[in-house]
Amino acid sequence: MTDAAASTAIEHHHADAEGARLGMWLFLLSEIFLFGGLFLVYSVYRFKNPADFHAGAAEMSRFLGTLNTVVLLTSSLTMALSIAAIQRANRSLSSWMLGFTIALSLVFLVNKYFEWTAHIGRGIYPNSHYLLSQPKGTILFFGLYYTMTGLHGVHVLVGALVLTVMLVLVRKRVVDSKSYVLLENSGLYWHLVDIIWIFLFPLFYLIT
Amino acid sequence: MNHESAEAHVTPYRTYVYVWISLVVLTGVTVTVASLNLGLASILVALAIAGTKSTIVLAQFMHLKNERGVFKILIPLAVLILVVFIGLTFTDVAFR
Repeated sequence: MTDAAASTAIEHHHADAEGARLGMWLFLLSEIFLFGGLFLVYSVYRFKNPADFHAGAAEMSRFLGTLNTVVLLTSSLTMALSIAAIQRANRSLSSWMLGFTIALSLVFLVNKYFEWTAHIGRGIYPNSHYLLSQPKGTILFFGLYYTMTGLHGVHVLVGALVLTVMLVLVRKRVVDSKSYVLLENSGLYWHLVDIIWIFLFPLFYLIT
Repeated sequence: MNHESAEAHVTPYRTYVYVWISLVVLTGVTVTVASLNLGLASILVALAIAGTKSTIVLAQFMHLKNERGVFKILIPLAVLILVVFIGLTFTDVAFR
């Protein structure tokens, strides 16, 4: 009797966690379509202004772009390890890995800050005197650059805040080895932010 | 018992490290290819590598490979629809 009740409880919990993940995925799909629209705008304008996009990409620091790619990939690793650790009831390792993930997200944003200030320092920002004197395609390139990396940067910032809340919940044992779907869903969001960057990086930094 | 084993797919830590290494290697490949100036092919190679990296992240880090059928159908289908939309709109602009 108690056995049956216990197994029903496990089944019930299982279904809830799966439903929660499915709900998170539906939200992530809406995010994919949000960025997908911007990628479409990018590809059409790039097709129409290939030379200007090439000139615009020449202003990018390939080193900083590559560095930020590795930073985000590494943060995805620590995120996955954090979940793997909580599954094994290793709260300490899970917290450390979450801490690393948050730290790497801040490294990413600091790099972004240096990139943006370098461009703004050279007079390249929306509606700047210098940029308006450039060809139409270059203006479009930098408009898309600020919009897409800016929207992505906001997602990184939101991700860092969500992961900070998760760190508190793991420390308070609200998230533990039996109930960790909150951490899983935060991880799904974080990995999606990584995937979006995987596409932004070649499109803005590696045009030849 | 069955339910419990179905509930959590516990992946070895080292698997995630291997996944990370492969992603970093692919990043190195895409940066190297970009500096070869292959013209049109360089765009296709860059997108193919980005697609491969995303698939690895989706399957491994986001655990799609361990999810049930509804996830394995829904998510690739949504991505496919996006690719079709972008592809059709792009060809409309390009060949109008």
